Amino acid sequence: MIELVGVEKHFAGQPVVHPLSLTIKEGEFLTLLGPSGCGKTTILRMIAGFEQPSKGQIMLEGTDLTNLPPNRRDLNLVFQHYALFPHMTVEDNIAFGLKMKKMPLKEQRERVQEAVTMTQLNQLVKRYPHQLSGGQQQRVAIARAIANKPKVLLLDEPLGALDLQLRKNLQSELKHLQRSLGITFVYVTHDQEEAMMLSDRIVIMNNGRVEQIGTPREIYATPTTLFSATFVGENNIFSQDGRLFAVRPEKLRAVRNTEEVKRTGEVLDVLYLGSIHKLIVQLDDEPMTVSIVFDFTDNRPWEIGEKVGVDWNDQDEVVIGS
Amino acid sequence: MKSKNHPLLGIHSLLMMVFIYVPIAFIIAYSFNSSRLAADWSGFTFDWYISLFKNRHVMEALSNSLTVAIISTVVSTVLGTLAAMSIRKVNSRTKAGMGGLLYLPIIIPDIIMGLSLLVLFNQLNMPLGKITIIIAHITFSMSYVYVVVSTRLTGMKGQLEEAAQDLGAGAWQTFRYVTLPQILPGIISGALIAFTLSLDDFMVSFFVSGPSSTTLPIYIYGQVKRGISPEINALCTILILVSVTLIFLAQFILNRGKGQKKQSVLPF
Repeated sequence: MIELVGVEKHFAGQPVVHPLSLTIKEGEFLTLLGPSGCGKTTILRMIAGFEQPSKGQIMLEGTDLTNLPPNRRDLNLVFQHYALFPHMTVEDNIAFGLKMKKMPLKEQRERVQEAVTMTQLNQLVKRYPHQLSGGQQQRVAIARAIANKPKVLLLDEPLGALDLQLRKNLQSELKHLQRSLGITFVYVTHDQEEAMMLSDRIVIMNNGRVEQIGTPREIYATPTTLFSATFVGENNIFSQDGRLFAVRPEKLRAVRNTEEVKRTGEVLDVLYLGSIHKLIVQLDDEPMTVSIVFDFTDNRPWEIGEKVGVDWNDQDEVVIGS
Repeated sequence: MKSKNHPLLGIHSLLMMVFIYVPIAFIIAYSFNSSRLAADWSGFTFDWYISLFKNRHVMEALSNSLTVAIISTVVSTVLGTLAAMSIRKVNSRTKAGMGGLLYLPIIIPDIIMGLSLLVLFNQLNMPLGKITIIIAHITFSMSYVYVVVSTRLTGMKGQLEEAAQDLGAGAWQTFRYVTLPQILPGIISGALIAFTLSLDDFMVSFFVSGPSSTTLPIYIYGQVKRGISPEINALCTILILVSVTLIFLAQFILNRGKGQKKQSVLPF
């Protein structure tokens, strides 16, 4: 659907995006995930046409987009701060793209209605953006984009400005919307949980480079770099005989017996988190702490300062490159 | 909690108000005085206003002033707006430099503006008249329009233009449907300021006007040399009223806007 071929971007001679090739499949929910400044937004803006790649090509369904201005690309962007037109009602905001395309009025109305229904904005069409809450504004921004029936919807941290509860609700709404529309979504976020929950595939980025591309399951179970091992979910990184491997906290076992275990240590903290609880253990022979997670069925009491054996199965070690 | 100010502070403010407004109050009051002599008050009258409108010279000066004000306002509004629009696209160093240059006519003393324009028109062999006054007024009004419009542009919520482009709007459509409605209050208020400045300007006009292009302020100056008549008081009162109304209107339009922070951007 979208193909990035050797795309790179420099600002004032500094590389912001290192050469990147990526194929985004039709109907896919693809997330660019990384800390701020990792280049994910720049990639999105290059796809939308607001930035020109310094090198490389961007293709949409086989046609080269690289030199087309944003208004001639058949894709739409949902902006981080919504960028709703303050002087237009919700309805006019949503119809804006259709009016620019000079679509017949009747069809415009149908499309607006469709988008409004999908985003549950029926009651609010006559309001102005400043009369809406953050979550409602976000819905308008999405409705305005999908009314155009773009081939691809680009979303730049669309939930970044909302509070946690609203975010959770809108996340599932977004996923729902993407399934029912069948449009390709390219989503940018720094929230790894959000990425895991929504995406078909995740591209993990750091310092302008791709660290790993894979399904949420692959990323979580078999991270290939130290960065992806620690950025997505919690992880314990061990170094042994010159090799680096990661073991997830839930794969570690805490045992009273400190003989015949892989590591020993002392309990530093006991954290109760509702559905799970967690031990933070200071290892005896290495200057590091590990976290061990148990589920709610394990009710063994642990004391701070207690000696503990840390063990795991060999097959749960995930070898990572440095 | 009620804050207690020193009593002298109140007196100080009062004295300032007196200092600023008493002269104006006198002019307004005497424009309704039925006596020709400023010294004594002999009753209320509208006569001076009536005779003002019957005075051919006043009407001619008024028509000159309005012609100059309207043309210079239209031209300076367009030029100032275009300047504000284009200067945004250049890099920050050029922007600072060009912005400073555009701002300069606001700071340069009027007498120097007037003198330098007079020298320029002489060099170009341009006969002094309405055209030269209009050009002169455009020169300084444009700066005010530029300042007001560019403030409005900077205050425009980010990404609106990008959003328009993303939704398929070309450069013109983006301007027409998104940028223009957003900066329109700035443009209108800039135009009102330009109009007021043109109508009130004496110094610059004095240098570049010719025999047939007397504007109201120049006419007033000429009359005052022969002594202050109540007619002039009436004329001044009208000018004050019009200026104040226009400036208040400009401020009001600029500050109107739902949910937006109120801020005064007038540079004076």
